[in-house]
Amino acid sequence: MASDRSTDSAAATVPATSGRHAPLLEIRDLKTWFHTERGTVRAVDGVDLAVGRNRTLGLVGESGCGKTVTALSIMGLVPPATTAISGNLLFRRKDGSEVDLAQIDPHSRTYRRIRGGEIAMIFQEPMTSLNPVYTIGNQIREAIQLHQEKPAGEARERAVEMLRQVGIADPEQRSVEYPHQLSGGMRQRAMIAMALSCNPSLLVADEPTTALDVTIQAQILELMQRLQGEFGISIIMITHDLGVVVGMADEVAVMYLGRVVEHGPMRPVFKAPRHPYTQGLLRSIPVLGAQVRQRLQPIEGLVPDPRATPPGCRFADRCPQVMERCADEPPLFEPAPSHLSRCWLSEAGG
Amino acid sequence: MIGSPAEGGAGGGAAARTVGAPLLEVRNLKKYFPVEGGILRRKVGEVKAVDDVSFTVREGETLGLVGESGCGKTTVGRTILRLEEPTAGQALFRSERLADEGLAGEGTMVDLTTLDRERLKRVRREVQMIFQDPNSSLNPRMTVQQILTEPFLIHGVGGSKEEIEERVVTLMGQVGLRPEQRARYPHQFSAGQRQRIGIARALALNPKLVIADEPVSALDVSIQGQVLNLLEDLQVELGLTYVFIAHDLSVVEHISDWVAVMYLGRLVELARGEDLYRNPRHPYTEALLSAVQVPDPDVQRKRIILEGGVPSPANPPSGCRFHTRCSYAPQADRMPRCNTEVPELHRAGGEQWVACHFAADLDLRGVEVPATG
Repeated sequence: MASDRSTDSAAATVPATSGRHAPLLEIRDLKTWFHTERGTVRAVDGVDLAVGRNRTLGLVGESGCGKTVTALSIMGLVPPATTAISGNLLFRRKDGSEVDLAQIDPHSRTYRRIRGGEIAMIFQEPMTSLNPVYTIGNQIREAIQLHQEKPAGEARERAVEMLRQVGIADPEQRSVEYPHQLSGGMRQRAMIAMALSCNPSLLVADEPTTALDVTIQAQILELMQRLQGEFGISIIMITHDLGVVVGMADEVAVMYLGRVVEHGPMRPVFKAPRHPYTQGLLRSIPVLGAQVRQRLQPIEGLVPDPRATPPGCRFADRCPQVMERCADEPPLFEPAPSHLSRCWLSEAGG
Repeated sequence: MIGSPAEGGAGGGAAARTVGAPLLEVRNLKKYFPVEGGILRRKVGEVKAVDDVSFTVREGETLGLVGESGCGKTTVGRTILRLEEPTAGQALFRSERLADEGLAGEGTMVDLTTLDRERLKRVRREVQMIFQDPNSSLNPRMTVQQILTEPFLIHGVGGSKEEIEERVVTLMGQVGLRPEQRARYPHQFSAGQRQRIGIARALALNPKLVIADEPVSALDVSIQGQVLNLLEDLQVELGLTYVFIAHDLSVVEHISDWVAVMYLGRLVELARGEDLYRNPRHPYTEALLSAVQVPDPDVQRKRIILEGGVPSPANPPSGCRFHTRCSYAPQADRMPRCNTEVPELHRAGGEQWVACHFAADLDLRGVEVPATG
């Protein structure tokens, strides 16, 4: 198994690494395993990904596929006592040096500088990540002062300016209000303001619009695209919503049971998906205007228990095209340039 | 590429449905919640959660009720079932059960909003609800067997213990659960399976009308498809009529014959699904449709970004409630009317009703049918 994986990552030329630009973040063979009383959960199990500068990587999959744990591993936010992390998280810092986040202590000074200062994260439910007893302005000011040496007055001005940039009307007034006084969409804007207040180079967004109404979701996605241009940030967009990925991402990685099963530029992944799981996901959902009263073709069965991942291809027992070879786990093949698929059907470029 | 193998099995079930006479007629339904304040808890205002909503659902059809959070769509469903007492209005339901017993009064339509407890209980065998979150709607201390037996015990029907048990086994099979798992508790099932338990419970007493409140929005993508297919199969098999409440416009388009769009307690548009999606007549419907993210990189649509959020229903805007966010209202010749006069739902040609003063003047953009191939 172990040797399998190393050839795997060698064979897999991750799309963003090609070309002149070195990636901002390169994930190599990341494994995040949780030791629980009922066995080891291999939440992330050998993931290779890269995020280019000023690019957006969409990370999609259903609950339990490991997309959020991948994000938390990057942020150094997994509980250290019960978790084993291995692999590399190579991050290029603002000063040009490269650091392997998987090798440094999450509590260390370096990691604390990077977390928030250079890599920021926004969450699905802003109410759980904003402190209810501090005003919005104070929370953003605190984030700024944690990473930049600025007098309180200047930091406060910067907080108001950030609120203005994310499109909050009357930012002076809003900055002295508490999180509960803001609507859901406005709270998410405030979260984004806080995340971007220290000029990070990478933003990890975990289902940032899932809790929002459609019209508010459209506002937030537009805001994120505008800010990406203005601030020149890279984004890892984690979502289960395939439509959001199409609207935002340059590249897409589809995860299933802790593994990347398909990876490539957004367009070919959606127009010509190679992996049966990606194909199944796209057939499972009704598409606006496309399939009125057409029967959906959902993927059969359920995601297996992550404590007992099936041997061989992890998708085999739900796959409509399963065959004998699937008893062995396929590596990531490259059936088309920069388009990777972990399926034996992709071996001959199919 | 996407969904290409779907053609073969397409729409097989839908054609087999028979559509009949009106089963549910909601007329001028209102539900106001009091807002209390001060130390004496006096009523200081009210939230007009549902304000003058009317629609008809015909037997065998599905009416989709869409809108953003706080628009009142859930309250409409709960008020029809009298889980909330309506403030005013009628919900006329064709109850064969009460008619058979001679309790329906003239005709066979009974007004659910005025039924006494005894009759309401009987009618509830014919009108059932499926909830969004199976975690909070299934009792964690009861086995599936007990959960599915309860409706029979409450209504004193179903015959002997053995007959009920047999019916529970049938029900579990119908919704795709394995009957051997009936001694298990809800937490031992996945979210999708729990929603199937909720569906089985709603179907236990052979209802005519099922009000489904966001039945798939808590489920994973691949499981959503399974549950939507199940609901469609059951509709054909059992001749069910659905009121399908959801915020996901793609899901609603897929499952509904008729679609009603709500905004701040009022219907803004009501039409046959294909008309509403292709050719919306209300600016809010247009904006909602344009905001949907379609998972197809070839579908490039002009997005209408609505400014701000939904105003508070405790203090809704005057006139047309949507005028504060409407991109067509600010014109000088329109605004005086938009911000003073409440638009009534009126027929805008064909089987399409709209609540907008200027619907006839607007050229709105709907969903284009993506090229197949």
